[in-house]
Parts: sequence; C-alpha cells; structure tokens
Amino acid sequence: MEAASIAAAGGPRPNLTRGRTPRSVGENIIKALLFLAALISIATTIGIVVSLLAETVEFFSQVGIFEYLLGTKWSPLAGGDQKSFGVLPLISGTLYLTALGLVVAVPLGLGSAIYLAEYASPRARRIIKPVLELLAGIPTIVLGYFALTFITPVLLQGIFGIEVKIFNALSAGLALGVLILPVVATLADDSLRAVPSSLREGAFGLGASKPQVVLRVVFPAALSGIVAGLVLAASRAIGETVVVLVAGGANANLGIDPRESFQNMAAFIAQTARGDIAAQSVEFLTIFAVGTTLFVMTLILNAISIRFVRRFQQVYE
Amino acid sequence: MSVAEVPVARAVVRGASRGARVREIIFPASLMLCIAFAMLTLVVLLLDVAVDGLPVLSWNFLTSFPSQVFPERSGIQSALVGTLLLMVVCAVFIVPVGTASAIYLEEYADGNRWWNRLIEVNIQNLAAVPSIVYGILGLAFLVRGPLELGRVVLAGALTLGLLVLPVVIIVGREAIRAVPNSIREGSMALGATLWQTIWKQILPGALPGIATGIILALSRAIGETAPLIVVGAAAFARFNPNDLTSDPFSALPIQILAWIQDPQEEFRTLAAGAILVLLILLLFMNAGAIYLRNRYEQKW
Repeated sequence: MEAASIAAAGGPRPNLTRGRTPRSVGENIIKALLFLAALISIATTIGIVVSLLAETVEFFSQVGIFEYLLGTKWSPLAGGDQKSFGVLPLISGTLYLTALGLVVAVPLGLGSAIYLAEYASPRARRIIKPVLELLAGIPTIVLGYFALTFITPVLLQGIFGIEVKIFNALSAGLALGVLILPVVATLADDSLRAVPSSLREGAFGLGASKPQVVLRVVFPAALSGIVAGLVLAASRAIGETVVVLVAGGANANLGIDPRESFQNMAAFIAQTARGDIAAQSVEFLTIFAVGTTLFVMTLILNAISIRFVRRFQQVYE
Repeated sequence: MSVAEVPVARAVVRGASRGARVREIIFPASLMLCIAFAMLTLVVLLLDVAVDGLPVLSWNFLTSFPSQVFPERSGIQSALVGTLLLMVVCAVFIVPVGTASAIYLEEYADGNRWWNRLIEVNIQNLAAVPSIVYGILGLAFLVRGPLELGRVVLAGALTLGLLVLPVVIIVGREAIRAVPNSIREGSMALGATLWQTIWKQILPGALPGIATGIILALSRAIGETAPLIVVGAAAFARFNPNDLTSDPFSALPIQILAWIQDPQEEFRTLAAGAILVLLILLLFMNAGAIYLRNRYEQKW
C-alpha cells in the first residue's frame, strides 16, 4: 500500500513515460523492490527496540525499577542474599572509562587534526591519513590484547611504575583512547577543512600569526562540527565491549581509583551472555535491561551529535 | 625568571614578537608530537603482536583445530573457516540490500516525504548503535524467537550484516551522488527509463565506490567480537561447520578472545598468532579497497 502510493507520487525527477505502459509497470515494480530493501533498516531498528523492550519489561516485573536505577551494588550473578540489581556502578564505570579514553583521545586527536588540516603538506597528508585509517581499522580485540600484554605490564607497571592490578581502568581507558583517537582526528579534520579559506585570509590580512589564525578563527568556526565528532567518539567508547572485557576486568566498580578493575555495560552483557545461564531467568533478563540502558544512552548522545552537525551545516550553507 | 617579570616582558614590543615567534615554532611542533604519538602507537601495537605471534605462525597452526590441553598442537582451522564463511554469507546479504537501499535513497526517494526522511535519520542512528546491541538483536530474533535459527553461521552472518549495513548504504550513496547529473540527463534524453539509466549508466560509474564501501564493511564485520559473543559463537570448535544452518561455528575474534583469557601463558601467544592472521586478512582486504579506489575511480 505504502510502496504503491510512493510509486504513484514519483521520484524527485519527473517521470517522462506516459500512462501505464508495460515499461512503467516494470519500473514501478523495481522501485517498490528498492524501497523494500531500504525498509530493512527501519525493520532493524524496530527489531532492536522490540527485542530489548520485551525482555526489559519482563525484568522489571521481577526487579523494582528504582532498585535498578538507584541501587549502588551490582551483583546480579551472585547467589542468594548477595544478589543485587543496582545499575549505578555499571553506569559510572562506563562513564569513567569513557572519560579516561577522552582524556587521551581529545588532545591527541585534535592536535593531529589541526596539524593535518592547517599545517601538513599534501605529501605529509597522503602518508598520515592512511595511517589514521589503518589505526581506525584495527579490530577492538587487538586493542584489548595490546592493553593486556603491553599497556598494563610494560607501560604502566614497567615504565611508569604504577601499581595497577592486572585488570585495571587505566589500561582499558588508554586503549579506548587509542580506539577513538582516529574518530576524533578524522571528524575534526573534516570540520576544519570545511572552514572557508576566506576566513583564514581575512585574519592573516589583519596581521594575525598562524597560531592565532588557527586557534582564534578557524578552530572556533569549526567548533560545532568538532563537538559533534567528540560526541560520536564518546558514544563509541561508551558502547565498546571487548577492550573493557579483556583489559578492564569484571568488577562493577563505583569508585574512581584507576588502578582498580572496572566493568562497563557492554562488557557485562558479553560476560553474562557467555556464561551458562538459564533462558528467562532473571540473570538472563539483566542482559536486556542493561542493553536497553546502553541503547538509550547512545541514542541520546547521537541526537546531540546530529543537532550539532545541523547547526554546523547552517553556518556555511 | 620570576613570575612578576612575565607581564613586563610581554609589554615590551620586541619581547612580545619574540614570544610570538617562539609560539609559531612550538605550536606546530606540539601538533606534530600528537601525530607522532598516534603513529608510534600503531607501530608499537604491531610490533607487540608480531613479536609474540610470528613464532607461532606455521602451516600446522593454520590447519589444526584448537586444543584446550596442548598449546603446541593447537590451531585455528575452525576459526578461520568460520570467519571466511561469515564473510561470504554476510557479503551475499549486504551487497544487494545495501546497494538497493543506496539506489533508492539517492535516485528515487523524495526527500520531502516523511518516510524517506525517517529512513535517512534511522540509518544515521543505526550507525551509532553499539555492536553489542546488534548481538542482542541477533540473539532475540535470529538465534531464538521468530526465526529460531540456533547458534549457527547464518545467524552470526546476518547479525554482522545488519551491523555493517549502514556503512554500505552511506558509502554507496556517496558514490552514486558523485556520478554527475549530465550522465542521467543524457541517458533519459535518449529515451531510457530511470531504471535503465541507473543500471546501464549510473551503477557502472558508481561501482568502484560501492565496492570500496562493501570491502570496508566486510573488514569491519570480520573484526567484530561482541555481537558474536552474544549470538553464541563457539570458542573451541573441534570441527568446521558442515552447513550454514545446523552446526556450531567459531570465528577468529572469538578464538582470540578465548586464548587471551586463558590463564596459561602458552595460549596467550597463540592469541597473538591468530591476531596476525586476522590482521593479514584485513590488510589484503584494505589493499584491495585502495587498489579499487585508485584504479577504477573516474574523474568526471
């Protein structure tokens, strides 16, 4: 029904064939098929929401919603009296690890982007850009291995002499930083390059030095695009599973000591899904409740990012 | 120099200009340090994996099945076969669906209709959904629930396909958009229908871009671990899956994860070996994408 009405409405370009020739019928069938393919992405979203919500509702029929949202102890897999469903330690752990990643990735990523966009020669660009793409293409399991076998024992315990546990937030946070550094750098580079060169020339004409032009004219002009990129990078770090699963450990921690073991929401889901848990038990349902929480958080972040991008586009249209 | 002297020094014109000159050197130098750090990280990471992993690599390592008892007899055959199967099935799914979606959105969709705008915003949102959530979708809809496929290759491949579909669509749309309007108009003026124009003129022109997007999407898919954990890929598969819909399967990231988390040191070096195989596979795919881009990309 919907497909047919679109077919009748016609595309953005005028339909030059007149009447219902066999040719136009064939064209409309093709258009309907293409539309169906595009609908798969809508079906995916509906599928995600339905699969999360159905079991989450079931979870909250067994666990109070305030006990979940406001509780400060997370031990759903423990036995008997030790069982507790307060999700705050998981949320704070997620945000804490993300913050550690951003502390690494924001200065390094922005510095790299400014160099790429404002200073690098075309030749240097041709070398640096693929390196960043390569770094972006490293599977996260490899970063987890790197964190566990290099960052923790060699860098933190060896070179810096910090007394960290085998699984610790610092190592996982640094690896998350490496993970999102290319995201920050690439998106910031795009926004900086979108700033019209007339702005730069105007500032130079007023006698500004290159650092002044970059920091006081180009950077502010690109800021909304840069912030949108940072928000996207943060949402990557919030949803990352394997790095935290491998290097962060399995401790839902409400504290702030980076030498301790921390877990985030995605790593909890993976750890629980791997275990032998009876389907439809309350332990199994926590996967979906935590999944919903994570999904809502990334959705909010993405909405913020899209808003920033819209504002950014308005400036130069 | 004491703190009190600083403002005085700034007030002197010559001092200030020297400060500015220093800043013109220090500022780009610190930016270069940022880049150098990023590149150094990549080098150290690759060295770390290579030093541990190279001694493990051998024909036996590629062709043996994983053992939980004897690290020296352990290998990655089932994981490698699983990853290749996942890749092929995933490609069969995302190539037609992704390309068709991109064509619809670029050539047919009227951007003023609410459903078309909904599809666009939705794809943007899907691209930012964490991969573990796709795992939950696969678990609830493909492994169990309506389709009830079980923990098989088909379920894993479709989950990965849904995960990377936004990449294919977004890159594909850019490639189609890059074909100039004059080509469309010329073809239509000669009496071709819109579909004939798309099939004979636009798709051939956009093909290198679309293929690049598909390769990038597939290389992201085979590196993903989280969704496969939730969908239930097996960590130590002692045989290859006979078909796509009945046997348990393994995959390289899953095997790597299992070995990383093994308490015995010998198994950890096996993880490094498997990582090297995965990275080499990805390297070939990316080299293929770059080759396609450089060799066939048309300048209009």
